[in-house]
Amino acid sequence: MAEYALRNLRTAYGETLVSLMERDDRIVVLDADLCRSTMTVLVEQRFPTRFFEMGIAEQNMVATAAGLALEGKIPFVNSFAVFACGRAYDQIRQAIALARLGVTIVGSSAGLSDFGDGATHQSVEDVSLMASLPNMTIISPSDARDVEQALPLIVECRRPVYLRLTRSDLPVIHEGLPPLDLTGVRRLRDGRDVVIFATGSMVVKALEAAEALETQGTSARVVDVSTIKPLAIEAVIAEARGVRGVVTAEEHSIVGGLGSVVSRVLRGLCLPIEFVGIEDCFGTSGESHVQLMEHYGLTAPAIARAVEAALGLSAGGRQRNARNG
Amino acid sequence: MAALYFHTLHLNPSEPKASSRDRFVLSKGHAALIQYAALAERGFFPLEELDRVKTLGSMLQGHPDCLRTPGIEANTGSLGQGLSIANGMALAGKLNGGTHKVWVLLGDGELNEGQVWEAAMFAAHRKLDNIVAIVDRNGLQAMGSTAQRLNTDPLAAKWTAFGWCVAEIDGHDIVQIVSALETARAHKGSPAVVIARTVKGKGLPFAENNFAFHNGMMSSEQFHAALAEIEQAIAEIRRED
Repeated sequence: MAEYALRNLRTAYGETLVSLMERDDRIVVLDADLCRSTMTVLVEQRFPTRFFEMGIAEQNMVATAAGLALEGKIPFVNSFAVFACGRAYDQIRQAIALARLGVTIVGSSAGLSDFGDGATHQSVEDVSLMASLPNMTIISPSDARDVEQALPLIVECRRPVYLRLTRSDLPVIHEGLPPLDLTGVRRLRDGRDVVIFATGSMVVKALEAAEALETQGTSARVVDVSTIKPLAIEAVIAEARGVRGVVTAEEHSIVGGLGSVVSRVLRGLCLPIEFVGIEDCFGTSGESHVQLMEHYGLTAPAIARAVEAALGLSAGGRQRNARNG
Repeated sequence: MAALYFHTLHLNPSEPKASSRDRFVLSKGHAALIQYAALAERGFFPLEELDRVKTLGSMLQGHPDCLRTPGIEANTGSLGQGLSIANGMALAGKLNGGTHKVWVLLGDGELNEGQVWEAAMFAAHRKLDNIVAIVDRNGLQAMGSTAQRLNTDPLAAKWTAFGWCVAEIDGHDIVQIVSALETARAHKGSPAVVIARTVKGKGLPFAENNFAFHNGMMSSEQFHAALAEIEQAIAEIRRED
């Protein structure tokens, strides 16, 4: 496996936001008493008049951002993913998505990455909630470089966006690869037998799995789906043509996330599909993010087993992790 | 609504998006019909549109929709969100150095929503004196009186405790309304709220103070009786003039 540098997505987010704010005074930032975690503290320090501490009041924060957007501002709203999407779902729906306002909801510490705090703080269903909303764009970057490339595109697009960020450092896998765009998917590795659609923290694990499978004679294509919605439907179908099986991989519930979205798009191709994700259950406290990823079967070996199941080389992926679900 | 649209709000229907305009957010979005009537009378759209309200394809939806209806500033209808949206508009107004006001009308039943108090706390914390809230204090919500269902008293004391400048008026006395709104416009240093005591369905005996009429349909007889009552009231006002 190639050696990648580790970088933190939240730090990349805070730093990139500051640099964008240097040249665009329409950008404003709201946070719900978590700025040292979401890293908007960098904005508070540099642009105190365009940073709004909203207190522990996410619903007011999101609807206030709608008011700012109605006046031509470009608001970024920050909290943990579970609160940003869950606590303020109705405000996102009514005040932002319905009105097609250019507000970005930034869900920090997404998935299981807030490992110690347990189920109350771990968002396993945030993508599902946001994917159900018309007019919403969902961006799930897989490394810090993606974050840096996504932010200027978000500012430019002026529509409702959900940006999903993990708390943990991730390997920088996109160095020298095509840049993130909001309209397509990126093939990171060629392969003939199977295609793995992965997003966020699972992309690097998909690459690892593909490398391991290669040594066993299975050729796996890896596609990074950083824009989960609107999904590049034609591109996803094109990536699934010619292979014998499909696997999706996400640090999220298999209900309503990447797996659901991709399988809906590929329904006409009659291909076996396996899902690597959290099997319709809540999170739990653990000692590390890595430990929880292993506990829920979100690993490169789990992806490799799902590939074998999709290709009929083993007996189904559903049994792969007895504790999951 | 008459005081706002025909006296208080600085609006120009031919320039509905002028940056200097006053903003008005109808947080109790279920009262959209009266806002539509006022907007049409002010020339934001043709009066004939009123005949198509709540019909398929109409610009006049069941609740305010800023993408479809000229003069509507924000989407409301899910109760409790309007004051937050107004706060955002007021923050932007401060950032941009604007001198306009952001007005927001809330129902008293709507004050059950916790978000209203998050927003009230925030507006006072940021000293948003470019916001004026008006509470339609009719004492009724969908299933009964607010006193019985979820009591909001003591209402003025609550707003005062949250750091707002509070005025209480008779919401049917046009002189009191206009004067309270102008006083609120001039107020500096904190957000201001006008609590307007009203009688729901005022002037229509079958509807007055009748919570069952909150979202009930008028019969044809009631409609014609109401029309006659209103026309008579208008004629009386004209005679006095």
